[in-house]
Amino acid sequence: MIAALRAVLARDVTLAFRVGGGGGIGVVFFLAVVTIVPFAVGPDLPLIARIGPAVLWIGALLASLLGLDRIFAADHEDGSLDLLLITPIPLEAIAAAKGVAHWITTGLPLVVAAPLLGLLLGLEPQALAAATATLLVGTPALTFLGLIGAALGVAMPRGGLLVAVLILPLTIPILIFGVAATTAAVTDPLPFGTPFKLIAALSLASFVLGPIAAAAALRQLRD
Amino acid sequence: MRLVAEDLACVRGGRSLFAGLGFAVHAGEALIVTGPNGAGKSSLLRLLAGLLPPAAGRIALEDGDPERSVGTAAHFVGHLDALKGALTVAENLGFARALLGAGGMEIEAALAALGLERLAEFSARMLSAGQRRRLALARLLISPRPLWLLDEPATALDADGQETLARLMAQHLSGGGLAVIATHAALKIERVVEIRLGVGGIA
Amino acid sequence: MALLDLANPHRFLALARAFIPTLALIAAVLLALGLVLGFRAPPDYQQGETVRIMFIHVPAAWIALGAYSLMAISTLGTLVWRHPLADVAAKAAAPIGAAFCLLCLVTGALWGRPMWGAYWVWDARLTSVLVLFLIYLGILALWRAIEDPGQAGRAVAILTLVGFLNVPIIKFSVDWWNTLHQPASVFRAGGPTIHPALLTPLVITAAGFGALFLALHLAAMRNEILRRRVRSLRLIAAADVEAR
Repeated sequence: MIAALRAVLARDVTLAFRVGGGGGIGVVFFLAVVTIVPFAVGPDLPLIARIGPAVLWIGALLASLLGLDRIFAADHEDGSLDLLLITPIPLEAIAAAKGVAHWITTGLPLVVAAPLLGLLLGLEPQALAAATATLLVGTPALTFLGLIGAALGVAMPRGGLLVAVLILPLTIPILIFGVAATTAAVTDPLPFGTPFKLIAALSLASFVLGPIAAAAALRQLRD
Repeated sequence: MRLVAEDLACVRGGRSLFAGLGFAVHAGEALIVTGPNGAGKSSLLRLLAGLLPPAAGRIALEDGDPERSVGTAAHFVGHLDALKGALTVAENLGFARALLGAGGMEIEAALAALGLERLAEFSARMLSAGQRRRLALARLLISPRPLWLLDEPATALDADGQETLARLMAQHLSGGGLAVIATHAALKIERVVEIRLGVGGIA
Repeated sequence: MALLDLANPHRFLALARAFIPTLALIAAVLLALGLVLGFRAPPDYQQGETVRIMFIHVPAAWIALGAYSLMAISTLGTLVWRHPLADVAAKAAAPIGAAFCLLCLVTGALWGRPMWGAYWVWDARLTSVLVLFLIYLGILALWRAIEDPGQAGRAVAILTLVGFLNVPIIKFSVDWWNTLHQPASVFRAGGPTIHPALLTPLVITAAGFGALFLALHLAAMRNEILRRRVRSLRLIAAADVEAR
């Protein structure tokens, strides 16, 4: 069973890198969002630095919604989903493996890119480290919540926008605690640990909830 | 081993495709499902594979591993070939083996059995429709499963490919395997049971 | 040699074989010379030692812009004259142009840290290059997204031309945006005149970068032609197995 799950993970990662350059597009989108913001607020570096953590989080959130709809829809379209369903492996485990693969190819590159984009926004080293740490802990939650939307949109040929609309409200708590933790790291009176632990908890909870709900949705919707 | 279906009913999109369908397939036998388009042949196969829930009735594989569902004891080759164009031919088959379980032929041997050995390192997207179908059928050989559920397996196959399919089918059945095949084309198989689905029920 | 002769990939490959080593040698000599002269140049009275970064930064920006112009002309060749090598030239130029663009951004950031106190300020010129970099990345992504080279070539051609028409508008609006919000803290660098002692290494490095770009571009074009040949041979081979 472990070997089969590893095969699912390896296949999805390989496919992501062979088709469309893996997390490349997500990172470019992230860069584009971060570039756009100063045009809206003006080239005032102290102001940009102050809203920097929020900009990084919104950019990462939007970028991680990209390609979410393809997680199951691509397998549904070419019949691979049938192959995944006639294995003795629980569908929940397969969904989790696909979620991990999606995080490796889209979430992780965003985390790696975050410090560089933070420099663009003039973040202090402290805020840079805090934003990257919260993104590392928080982006898995985005992916695994997204897994639910991906499963709900499985049979839709162009489900991308719908999936984003379904998932965005669910990600609000992660955004709140992610930005709160980063801000807390810079301004002393507030503790960094509390919101940081809360995002970690949200990530762990969605790692359990996401695959279960996604598997349930796939069972209901397949035909 | 025996595949038994009792009083099966299938409803798709609010329309009843068939009801009260029952049959038994014994080891070494192939059940051929025929009928006009829209009669529910594909749905019946998906039902047997556990990919669709039946509206009523029971499906069981008797004298098999009680721990395994019918679906996990079956190979399912549907309309779609379940191939990834960005992976090579060998990678596609290797993934299927990791997923469905090894124990059958090696990758190279299975590809050779279907005449694909020279294409092993090619991207699957370069294959023709017939070659894709051959690759989908190669999955049957890499992982031994007693029940084969094939939906129009001869589609896009040339004469040589159809002969290969008939030979593989004969080997599978003579080894005590079972098969349920939805098809319009006549297959050269001995020991065949046939059911014919009509529109709105069993003809 | 007429343009028509170059359309023949065989002729082009022979030409590339002859030119690539020569261009690479010229680039190596000029860049080595530029490096020595760059370090022997006197420090700027205002920017100090950091002015030496400009010997890389400014030519990189020129090459990034030049590569984009070359892509725009090539894509015109794809759309209007259907020249068989035009989209090869456009595709080969894109990653090299993007790399020089990135080099320009990184050196700009390294220069900005001592001069402005931050790796990045939203200076109009730097920001325009960043937007150009984004356009480059979009073009690279589109090349990768479409499997068929001919189809990808036409799609990218349209995007490249739209981008080319848009770049001056973007540049203008970014300048306007920047002057509108110009914060007092930002120090504007560089006067209209450059001291000749600084100009010589700049020109030599720029020429070296130009030769390097041409060498890399020819090599990338050669690779792309060979890659397409491998692809079509594979397609033929796959069909051959079928016919057998």
